[in-house]
Amino acid sequence: MASKTSHPKEFLKGLWDENPVLRMLLGLCPTLAVTNSAINGFSMGLAVIFTLVMSSAIISLARNIIPKEVRIPTFIIVIATFVTIADKMLAAHVPDISKALGPFVPLIVVNCIILGRQEAFASKNPVGRSVIDALGMSIGFTITLTILGSIRELLGVGTIFAVQIMPLSFEPWMVMVLQPGAFLTLGLMIGISNWLNARRAK
Amino acid sequence: MEDTKQPIPNEEPANTEKPKPKPVGKEKKPEPQYLLSSSPHMATIDRVPKIMWTVIAALMPAVVYGMYNFGFNVLLTVLASVIAAVATEIVINKMRGRESSVADGSAVLTGLLLTMTLPPAFPKAYAAVGAVFAIAIGKQIFGGLGYNIFNPALLGRAFLQASFSVKITTWTAPVGIDAITTATPLGSFKFEKIMTPYFDMFMGKIGGCIGETSALLIIIGGVYLLVKKYADWRIPASYLGTVFILGGLLWIINPEQYPDPVFHLFSGGLMLGAFFMATDMVTSPVTPKGTWIYGFGMGAVLIIIRLFGGLPEGVMYSILFMNAFVPLINRYTRPKIFGELKK
Repeated sequence: MASKTSHPKEFLKGLWDENPVLRMLLGLCPTLAVTNSAINGFSMGLAVIFTLVMSSAIISLARNIIPKEVRIPTFIIVIATFVTIADKMLAAHVPDISKALGPFVPLIVVNCIILGRQEAFASKNPVGRSVIDALGMSIGFTITLTILGSIRELLGVGTIFAVQIMPLSFEPWMVMVLQPGAFLTLGLMIGISNWLNARRAK
Repeated sequence: MEDTKQPIPNEEPANTEKPKPKPVGKEKKPEPQYLLSSSPHMATIDRVPKIMWTVIAALMPAVVYGMYNFGFNVLLTVLASVIAAVATEIVINKMRGRESSVADGSAVLTGLLLTMTLPPAFPKAYAAVGAVFAIAIGKQIFGGLGYNIFNPALLGRAFLQASFSVKITTWTAPVGIDAITTATPLGSFKFEKIMTPYFDMFMGKIGGCIGETSALLIIIGGVYLLVKKYADWRIPASYLGTVFILGGLLWIINPEQYPDPVFHLFSGGLMLGAFFMATDMVTSPVTPKGTWIYGFGMGAVLIIIRLFGGLPEGVMYSILFMNAFVPLINRYTRPKIFGELKK
């Protein structure tokens, strides 16, 4: 099933039309758990970009020699390899962020965005196309998580990327950096994106 | 409604239940006509706006007392919250392309109820934030009045409690003197084991939220609603009854550690919650059996939070918690359709 869409389109679909978080509601576990600040959401996104692009490339290369019966275990092993690399890199270079993300970096292994792209795309398409698809998806994921993290950080702490935005007299809405804030903000973001799509369709 | 009803022949001669005769006014015949029609059978002049404005009126004694008790400041808080609620309602109605629903009074009521659950010195801007949240997230997101799962005013308060947990638990003493912090009866019992005189609690000369202090005035307003049948008597009865019985049992077991049931009834926001919030028509069960389950659940959750939880008061969470079960309760207490066989 070689896709006929052009390369730019393959990339752009991940940003909006098939945005993994807002449109497909995939990978919600890290989306809800680590976006209490912009930097955490952004770092999580970077880890996913690395893992998704690398594993998509490898799986796409090996797509013709992976037996159909054991494809999922094979995908998991490849993904786990890159997740481990990403996890150790984060721990070595940015220990603070690594601590903040906690178990959610190792958990990228079972992130449905990544496994889903292998199953649905990389295992059926040539390398170039797979990498472009992986880049689009993971960058769409990163942008969404960064926006989500920024909104929560802005209202919950008064800063974005630790830069003070709100006046100092602003009393932070603690709830926004707690779990309910994640659900509320994500729900509203999905609602707004649906609303924009509905308007565009008119 | 009434005039459009057509006589339908009764197709079930084996029906042993006496069908209620419903003679149609104009065409009276010697023998009574039997009508089968779907409910409701009675014409009523109760409409949403009338009910809402009546509830607002029933709240007034407690609100006015709150102003007298905690000072002029309270009026401004009420205004900030109500104006924010109404403005949000207008804006969202515009966005959704709906007719304005401000006149039905539900937004005003939500704003008012929200203020009543706030401490007297709570900043007005945050009260307004809570009101916006209550209307936007608590009600309009679900589709407007009648579709909301949770009581909007309490959801607004839950948001404020999660956001500004210090400000919302800072109580000031009644009667004018500004900025003297005090404890609520529940707080002082939970953390210092000091009892407050019952008479003060009943009349309202205690620290607490703006509209919750005077049990007497809330009961007056609440009973008015019960008499008008705008609130189901079973809900306050089962809620307060459960609190009284469960609280009483624990008090008998260990009077040293647990307060007596009368204290439970008149402290905190229980009266306000039982009469004005739990009885919200949208978020309470529709079946009589369901309302008993609902009330029992709220009472049990309240006692657990008050006596074994970390918070001194649990009215808000007990109601919100049981709100979540209302669809389930409605489903399982649905009355059998007449003639339906047992499985």
